[in-house]
Amino acid sequence: MLTGFIFYFLIVVPGTGGEICMSRTMKTVGEVTDFRPGAIARVLGRAMRVPWFWIGITMMAAGFFSLLGLLSLANVSFVFPAASLSYAVGTLGGKLFLGERVTPQRWFGVLLVCVGVTLVFLGKK
Amino acid sequence: MTAPQGLLLKTFTLIVIMVSVAPLGDMFLGKGMKRIPPMASWAPADVFRFFFSAFTSGTIWLGIGLLLTFFVAYLLVLSWADYSYVLPASSISSLIIALLARFVLHEAITPIRWTGVALICLGVFIVGRTPPRTTEQRSC
Repeated sequence: MLTGFIFYFLIVVPGTGGEICMSRTMKTVGEVTDFRPGAIARVLGRAMRVPWFWIGITMMAAGFFSLLGLLSLANVSFVFPAASLSYAVGTLGGKLFLGERVTPQRWFGVLLVCVGVTLVFLGKK
Repeated sequence: MTAPQGLLLKTFTLIVIMVSVAPLGDMFLGKGMKRIPPMASWAPADVFRFFFSAFTSGTIWLGIGLLLTFFVAYLLVLSWADYSYVLPASSISSLIIALLARFVLHEAITPIRWTGVALICLGVFIVGRTPPRTTEQRSC
């Protein structure tokens, strides 16, 4: 139970923080308009030269390995919807750290996602 | 604020790729992880044994490959779209995960869990009706 909780915390907090770092990286790189494989590879190369990328990768790796750990303890249909609490944490992070304008409508959508997540928890057999 | 059609189209296209590939990757990871013994303790030897078992599984590598595809699509869409838009929008994959779990992995899913998945989908629909980008952007 404690191991599962630790894995879950690591999925939600560092996992989400890592994704916010990735978002900051890609905003630094700039909007991608060319989707040919070579162009995508060059974009990825530029992203890797942004320090936020490596901070993000490290944090996301912590979240990913925790996900592997939690998958060994619980059903896949429980783990992934349950981990979607990170959507609410991520939306707050987008507003606070990335300066995104989160409208009441967007918050309401995220709230519904959170209620859905809670029901997924309650519905666990 | 209204988003240009081109922006919406490429945002939705990449999100569709993300939510199609990620659940499959998750499913293969889930199948692979179910086949290896759980970590007995936090002792270094047990931790090493756990990750060694995970990384010598072909099923887990297939899952990782699919998730890498997801990751590239995710990075691309984040180059122009809000994180607070992409993140909840991509949670529509919860529906696909539930369907895969029910019909491929044959896991039992209770009605209350289906209700939760339905609410997640409704939330995604509402988020999807907000503009994908609310910050200044530069092109590369």
